[in-house]
Amino acid sequence: MSSTTFEAARTFSAPSLSRPRRRVWRGGLQGSEFTWAIAFVVPYAAVFVAFVAYPIVYGLWMGHNPQLYTELFSDPIYLGSVVNTVLFVGIGVNLKMFGALLLSGFFMRRSWWTKGLLLIYVLPWAVPALPTFISIHWMLNGQWGLLNNVLWDFFGIDGPGWLDTSRWLALGSVIVSHIWKWMPFWTVILLAGRMAIPQELYDAADVDGATGLKRFAHVTFPLLANLYLICTLLSTIFTLGEFNEVYFITGGGPALSTHVLATLGIRDAFQVARPDLGVATVMSALPLMIPLVIILMRKLRTTEVQL
Amino acid sequence: MSATLAAGPTPPRRPRYRLRRNLKEAMAAAFAAVLVVWTLAPIYNMVMVSLDSHGDVFTNDIWPAHPSFDSFRIVLSEGYWYLEYFWHQFGNSLYIGATTTFITLLVGSLASFSIGRMRLKNGWVVSNAALLTYVVPASFLAIPFYSIMLKYGLANNLWSVIFAEVTFATPYAIFIFQQYAVSIPIELDEAARIDGASPLQVYLRIYLPLMAPALVAVGTYALLLAWNEYLYQFMLLSSKRSMTVPVALAQFLNSDEAPWNYMMATAIIYAIPPVAIYYAFRRRMTAGLTMGGVKG
Repeated sequence: MSSTTFEAARTFSAPSLSRPRRRVWRGGLQGSEFTWAIAFVVPYAAVFVAFVAYPIVYGLWMGHNPQLYTELFSDPIYLGSVVNTVLFVGIGVNLKMFGALLLSGFFMRRSWWTKGLLLIYVLPWAVPALPTFISIHWMLNGQWGLLNNVLWDFFGIDGPGWLDTSRWLALGSVIVSHIWKWMPFWTVILLAGRMAIPQELYDAADVDGATGLKRFAHVTFPLLANLYLICTLLSTIFTLGEFNEVYFITGGGPALSTHVLATLGIRDAFQVARPDLGVATVMSALPLMIPLVIILMRKLRTTEVQL
Repeated sequence: MSATLAAGPTPPRRPRYRLRRNLKEAMAAAFAAVLVVWTLAPIYNMVMVSLDSHGDVFTNDIWPAHPSFDSFRIVLSEGYWYLEYFWHQFGNSLYIGATTTFITLLVGSLASFSIGRMRLKNGWVVSNAALLTYVVPASFLAIPFYSIMLKYGLANNLWSVIFAEVTFATPYAIFIFQQYAVSIPIELDEAARIDGASPLQVYLRIYLPLMAPALVAVGTYALLLAWNEYLYQFMLLSSKRSMTVPVALAQFLNSDEAPWNYMMATAIIYAIPPVAIYYAFRRRMTAGLTMGGVKG
């Protein structure tokens, strides 16, 4: 029902596309109408002021003491978690996005089973994060975990304790789990981007004799590059704030060596009971965050959405 | 030239072409098999552990030796002391999800109507504020947010979580609504106004009905966000009766004798509603996500 009204609205709008959009309320937006417009914005403005602006200002105030930062920079656990964050974001985001780019090409295949495969493949994204990360935590257990049991039963390999013996094995497990969880989502996004490329372009490329890699390099990638860039930037910011992977898979262990800034900040604030130190930990990511946020806000404003 | 072409050995090339195509198809199938194993491994592990009876968890089997639904029965009947408020907590999760969805849709659509349709002067300030909230990771705001909730006197209150989820869901809502509303002709608003409709009537009778697809997409997003989110619920809810399912689930990790099979059974029961909703509204959601991303 709603979709038919929507279609009707679409056809109705068709002729209006040719002439400039008029500002209907402009000029008429006075007196009671202006009051209405303000009243409609007030709820969101209130939410923003009370729950975003105030916390940001309050956080800046909590973390304004320079002493906190000298304390942080002399703390090896903090320095280690900066390295972890850079590795987690740098490796995790790029592997994930590149994998998603390749897989979105795979899912463009027109065979009967690809659609069914896609439904299975998006499952990690559909399932809430918490249960799957707890499951991975248990799966990677050195003694009773599924992974080592499989390695032993099929290959006769005695697998290591993935999460509790070495920092790099544990961090690697976290990165792989992150890719497992989020690659399907970005694959779907890039797949939608690929489907929006008109078939005529590929036909023209065919006529000119472009196949395989050339087709990708000269048609697909130039048209997908902007979307790929936006997705990578967004994913970088989201991954920077990612809490669940590290918290549930390694818990920061072994010996606090796999914390990232997001989890270390929460630990400082709630387990060590030093909220100011926690805020300072998180705020030390600002030099990286701010440029990303500015670039993204510019890029996102100009992007169109189609439902 | 043309003579050589005509005499060219066309028939012998065919089997080779077919062989290559079959090889390609076989490689794709092999790749698909690997992808299925990779995707399903943690989920299989979850199901397997939940079907174990308690003693079997600590064995080296890769499938349950004596599969039973005992742990599901225990979770559903609250038959373990960690699970004594399971249904109550399930209700908390539902309440938070439903309320968040409703408030997000209301606040988001009102704001986007005012900025996008009524063209409120300086409305771009509000859109930019929303965009800023969208790109700031929620976990970075968590600590000051918690302190402020203490000040508001909302600690250990479901409303503190509802406010948190609404805060992080509305920017996405405003974003989607504003962009989607471009496809609805402004002439409809104009006609209604000439007929004497008030802004509220235009919003209720014209804007909302035509926005139905966007409302569904954003509503699903907000519902899943509130149901799946963990960090804020963990910080803000501490008593057993105010907890939600994910917080209760993580509590298992604190105990030494963690009954893993009960925990995984709880995890599966918790995961089923969002997965079902996801598959039901998959098309609408993916369409709505094409422009950006979701927060995890």
